[in-house]
Amino acid sequence: MNAHEYAFVVVATIGSIAAVAVVTARNVVHAALYLVVTLAAVGMTFLLLGAEFVGWVQILIYVGAIVILFLFGLMLTKAPIGRDTLDYQNRAVGAVVAVVVAIGLGSLILQAWPLASTPAAPSAPGGSDVLGSALFNTYVLPFEAVSFVLLAALIGAIVLARRDEGT
Amino acid sequence: MIRLPLVLLFSAFLFSTGIYGVLARRNAVMVLMAIELLLNAVNVNLIAFAAELQDITGVVFALFVIAVAAAEVGIGLAIVILLFRNRASINVDEVDLLKW
Repeated sequence: MNAHEYAFVVVATIGSIAAVAVVTARNVVHAALYLVVTLAAVGMTFLLLGAEFVGWVQILIYVGAIVILFLFGLMLTKAPIGRDTLDYQNRAVGAVVAVVVAIGLGSLILQAWPLASTPAAPSAPGGSDVLGSALFNTYVLPFEAVSFVLLAALIGAIVLARRDEGT
Repeated sequence: MIRLPLVLLFSAFLFSTGIYGVLARRNAVMVLMAIELLLNAVNVNLIAFAAELQDITGVVFALFVIAVAAAEVGIGLAIVILLFRNRASINVDEVDLLKW
């Protein structure tokens, strides 16, 4: 264990606890605020792994924009408070599925990369210079496709949420 | 730096939490939040393997996932608001107009 791993374990623990709080919170606004903690923890994970640009994009886009969008959605649709109205009554089935998936994935991961014998990975190549040249040379076509998807989503959201004026 | 299985375990935990959220929540906005957890778990995996393989592709695709997730939230919340305007409820189990 080195300093990076200790920092990661602390960040991941906070993020995991907040993630559980997101899916079990009784109040929808509290759930959105717990989501901020989880997304910030994921952003910190990116920074610790060495992917600086994506780390800050995660914090700017997710914590700055998407959570605000969620809060707008919550304010515009007044949701009742309490687990009985927010959750299905047979949520135990969902818990069973989630636990099975967690155990399955966890055992597979530990089988493939045993914790004791895996060497530490080097940091990810994530500086904005490397990323920019990869994005605009090799991946320029997917990049344009993604910007078109964003434009279509923007127009679609406006058309969907617009009130019809009877024209 | 950080060993790969630690990061993958964090990602797997986030993913299963998201699955529980998608399955257990009735409120459509809460389901969207759980989907964000799923997408974030995928992003953590992409970045972890970009570090392991020393390849920029994982980082580029994590950026694309973030962009598509932003589009998905925009469209999803527009649909939720439309649903609330028409049905006065955003519980996903009450939206059964297309159910056979």
